[in-house]
Amino acid sequence: MNGLPILTLLTVLPVLGAVIALVAGRHARSVALLTTLCGLALALVVWTKLPIDGSIGLVERAAWAPSLGIEYHLGVDALGALMLVLSAIVTLLSVDAADHVHRQPNLYFGLVLLLEAGLFGSFTALNFFHWFLFWELSLIPAFFLIKLWGGAKRGPAATQFFVYTMAGSVALLLAFLAVFLSTGNMDFIQLAAMASSGQLEQMVTAHLGPVMMWLAIGALAGFAVKVPLAPFHTWLPAAYSEAPSPVTMLLTGAMSKMGVYGLLRIAVPLFGHQIAQLRTPLLALAVLTIVMGAWAAAAQKDLKRVFAYSSVNHLGYCLLGIFALAVPAAGAAEQTSQAAALNGVILQMFNHGITAAALFWFVAMLQERTGGERGINDFGGLRKPAPVFAGLMGIVLFSSLGLPGLNGFVGEFLIFRGVFPLSWVAATVSILGLLVTAAVILTVIQKVFAGPVPERWASFPDMYGKERLAMAPVIGLMLLLGLVPQLIVDSVNPTVVNLLAHWRF
Amino acid sequence: MLMQEEVTAAFHPQNQCLVGFAARSLWLIPAVPIVASGVIALLRQPRRALAAGLAIGSLSVSLFFSLMAFAHVLAGWMNSVAVRETVNFTWIQVGSAHVDLGWVLDPLSAVMLVMVSFVGLLIFIYSVGYMAHDVNFTRFFCFLSLFAGAMLGVVISNSLLLLFMCWELVGLTSYLLIGFWYHKPPAAAAAKKAFMTTRVGDVFFLLGMVWLFAQTGTLLFYNGGAGSMEPLKLGALLASPAGLGLSAAGAIGLLIFAGAAGKSGQLPLHVWLPDAMEGPTPVSALIHAATMVAAGVYLIARVYPLMQAGALAGGTTTALTVVTWVGASTAVFAALIAVAQNDIKRILAYSTVSQLGYMMAGLGMGGVAVGMFHLITHAFFKALLFMGAGSVIHGCHEEQDVRHMGALRKAMPLTFLTYAVGMLALCGFPLLFSGFWSKDGILEAAQHWSVAKGPFYMLVFGALLTAFYMTRQVAYVFFGEWRGHKTAHESPAVMTMPLAILAFFAVALGAIGTPAWPWFKAFLSDHAAGFEMARFGEPGLLPLMGTSTLVVFLGLGLGWWIYGGKSPAAEEPDALERAIPLAWGWLHNKLYVDELYGATVIAFYGWWAKVADWLDRCVWGGVVTSVAWLFRGWAQLNRLIDIHWVDGGFDKGCEELASGGGLLARVQTGRVQTYLRLLALAVVVLAAILIWSGRG
Repeated sequence: MNGLPILTLLTVLPVLGAVIALVAGRHARSVALLTTLCGLALALVVWTKLPIDGSIGLVERAAWAPSLGIEYHLGVDALGALMLVLSAIVTLLSVDAADHVHRQPNLYFGLVLLLEAGLFGSFTALNFFHWFLFWELSLIPAFFLIKLWGGAKRGPAATQFFVYTMAGSVALLLAFLAVFLSTGNMDFIQLAAMASSGQLEQMVTAHLGPVMMWLAIGALAGFAVKVPLAPFHTWLPAAYSEAPSPVTMLLTGAMSKMGVYGLLRIAVPLFGHQIAQLRTPLLALAVLTIVMGAWAAAAQKDLKRVFAYSSVNHLGYCLLGIFALAVPAAGAAEQTSQAAALNGVILQMFNHGITAAALFWFVAMLQERTGGERGINDFGGLRKPAPVFAGLMGIVLFSSLGLPGLNGFVGEFLIFRGVFPLSWVAATVSILGLLVTAAVILTVIQKVFAGPVPERWASFPDMYGKERLAMAPVIGLMLLLGLVPQLIVDSVNPTVVNLLAHWRF
Repeated sequence: MLMQEEVTAAFHPQNQCLVGFAARSLWLIPAVPIVASGVIALLRQPRRALAAGLAIGSLSVSLFFSLMAFAHVLAGWMNSVAVRETVNFTWIQVGSAHVDLGWVLDPLSAVMLVMVSFVGLLIFIYSVGYMAHDVNFTRFFCFLSLFAGAMLGVVISNSLLLLFMCWELVGLTSYLLIGFWYHKPPAAAAAKKAFMTTRVGDVFFLLGMVWLFAQTGTLLFYNGGAGSMEPLKLGALLASPAGLGLSAAGAIGLLIFAGAAGKSGQLPLHVWLPDAMEGPTPVSALIHAATMVAAGVYLIARVYPLMQAGALAGGTTTALTVVTWVGASTAVFAALIAVAQNDIKRILAYSTVSQLGYMMAGLGMGGVAVGMFHLITHAFFKALLFMGAGSVIHGCHEEQDVRHMGALRKAMPLTFLTYAVGMLALCGFPLLFSGFWSKDGILEAAQHWSVAKGPFYMLVFGALLTAFYMTRQVAYVFFGEWRGHKTAHESPAVMTMPLAILAFFAVALGAIGTPAWPWFKAFLSDHAAGFEMARFGEPGLLPLMGTSTLVVFLGLGLGWWIYGGKSPAAEEPDALERAIPLAWGWLHNKLYVDELYGATVIAFYGWWAKVADWLDRCVWGGVVTSVAWLFRGWAQLNRLIDIHWVDGGFDKGCEELASGGGLLARVQTGRVQTYLRLLALAVVVLAAILIWSGRG
């Protein structure tokens, strides 16, 4: 494509910002704010320049190491672009929320911006080598952010996070190497085309024997850890709760989407047939993620752990949607269900990102105001001293609960619309998750905001002007997307149709 | 049913292309209060007059448009046109299908619109007096307006999805208003209980909805023949089996009914409604008596074609049979409990649950008009009773225990008069009161029901109980001697005027639903209505009216005989308690349903939370720890290989980078290097393999 290499610019921008932030000393946060604002603007430009037919656009290609199948190949469809916008928003919010970093702010914001670069890079790369670099690179700033600025048990949490994700990555890498050895190709688009014609499986089998299933499992493992899929999620509560809240916003809002994105961009296109064969156990795990995630949230006493498990539950719906749509030889009615489920998954990715980031921001504000308290039983009656705080956090909590009219509902509705006809058992068991999540969230509201005010919180400050100003657009977005989801679906749906047309189960 | 057959005037359906102004502007009816609520939300607390003014003004606008819409439908009806005007639009596009929303103006929505906005307006006005001293006055009107908007949205929906969205919003406002006095722990707990219990029904509703959507490809009710409530799609639903001898239509109908049962407090999901009385009394009147709890009944009326699909002439369907039995059981069950309650609002709450059971049973056995007529009359007289109770509570300085009241007919004459009207309407006092005609409609349907006679006897027994517990309540509150502490006083005019207006309708509404002139039924079913006294001569009708009159008098008499004119001290056991202590204990404790749920559902929830947590900590966590150790071993191995085999330049660079970070170096535990090294190694290995294979 001619013109400005906008995707490259988008990825380079935060790297530059990071370098400037490192030397900017006290002004690092301002640099980061400016960079992330520009990043958001660029991401929105990308969103508006998407091809209408849902195919991959804004393509940039350059030879890199042609003999190795490595090519600099960037491009986005609505899925990628939406993730870019989400990452940009979440990073902006995270920087905005992190106004209490006193220790080494230059390093902190530099790392945050590097993480953003990793996100941008991995959502635009269309070549495995290039993609994998960014996938791994984003892990490093996240690791240090937890390790250096985290809570009391940050050490083990960071380690577990890193090791676990790394283990998944290695499995993924090995699977992909096998694919490369068999085909000499690393290009997602070409490999997907080969997979959908059945050529990929032939080549792999001819080259390495009947290992296709193992490769699929390897690839799935990498993403299952990242999303996460139960029972590969145990790193998550520790990492989310020990990370400083603004970093948790990044982890849950943006990084968790890398896993779902990877499933959609890599695992399903290449290993669709194998996923279809593994559909029943995978669905069972997705349902387990949803139901047990919600129930584990009910058992937590630490608000951050509550919301961490609640994130597991919400991303479980994405996994449910993806695995349920893996049915071979879909008829017309089934295709509609697949399209509904996939639209729902992509909406859910975006909406969960926004809502979860906002939730952890509120936790950050709670902690700032109370000297770090975040136990579910540490508060009470806060609605009296802080009505605006209670009202706005209430809106975000109800968005998380999936109340119609707010953004959280639409994705869940479409996922259930798609999944029910494809696997009514999975859908029916999963509604338990909806119930338990509601109970968890109402309990949080009850314990934090209702009842008599303990004396020590009698002068709990309500939201300040700048906090209201910062939160207003987020809440506005939740309402807007809850009422007019077509704003996103309009662009996402053609991509969904396009993706489904190329997938072979 | 019998009456319809006599009406021969054929109504012709409306030309679908003609959508009048009334229908096109229908969306304003919910939109105006919702916008008003948004504006009120931004007001500061001292702006009380403005908040109340905005709320009342916006609902007046809604009432005006509702009346206009009603007039439009009525004009059509008088010209023998079956009005059903819809406005539909696409909300989202999914694949090649789309999700549509829309609204509908037909007799059903028109009647309900007028009722909700009119009763709502009266309660808004009443609230100005009732909530006058509350700190959060502005917030109260914000929530009330939002509620009214959402409820009106439920009414006009022509799409199950839009209905569901408004339905959930109604649930939210109900939650907010029950927990309005959030500083009281019981209020907060009751709010949560209400939301959770109704949500149990709602998730089944959601399943029914996605199933309907998947089967018919649309969630619109009416769409020029392609809607899900129109014969084409219903036929397809009937032809599709769903197991257990049900068609898809039946199964979906039952799932939707689960949602309706949650909202309308039907067994076994009735437990939240009595607790909801923790909210301010106008809320109880508006949401938990007149409108929201009736939304479930309205929903079943709205999807009636689905519920009825597959019924042969005069027959019934599984879904409707279930609706009937659940309704009849609820009617008796709740009436029994109401007998042994002492809180003035809780007695009314159980009475509401019981009456909702009547409505459901009426829908199940007699059709839309029978259930809806009771819904409308009940909305007026129950709102009247709740607001009367509010007036009493207000006058008695927030006392709610009937044993601490007495003789209030002297201190509060206006409240007493209107309350008496409401009470007689609820009891179904013959001929004069609307409740008599609407309840008799249900009993008549039950009498002719082809499946079983059980519901008929249950509902007759329920009528007896109703008359009894209301007499007990009125005797305690308004007769005998004053047993309270402070002197009671009459409420201000802003509260008593709405009572008087409602009392008028509690009587007058009966006129549109007598067998001689069954206007309401004719209007809802697109038939002409003529005045004909001879219809009283239909077989079984007069004996039935006689029976129900007798039963009502029996209930009133028994109640008066036991409680009338006596003034037991507040601490004395109830007269019934002395007579039948065991039964009284059970009834007084609400038949221990809450305790049962505590020992089962709640315990199950807590137990599974513990299991999930334990699994995470011990099982999955254990596996992870072992895998992590294996991985560490592997990493160490790689490190050795790395050091001995691969040129250390790359990781040396990494190390320098790491230590150059200053701070990084200080917090290094040694592990960091390992991981960086591992990453480096991965890249090196990758490169090596690439080069190797590239050559090959």
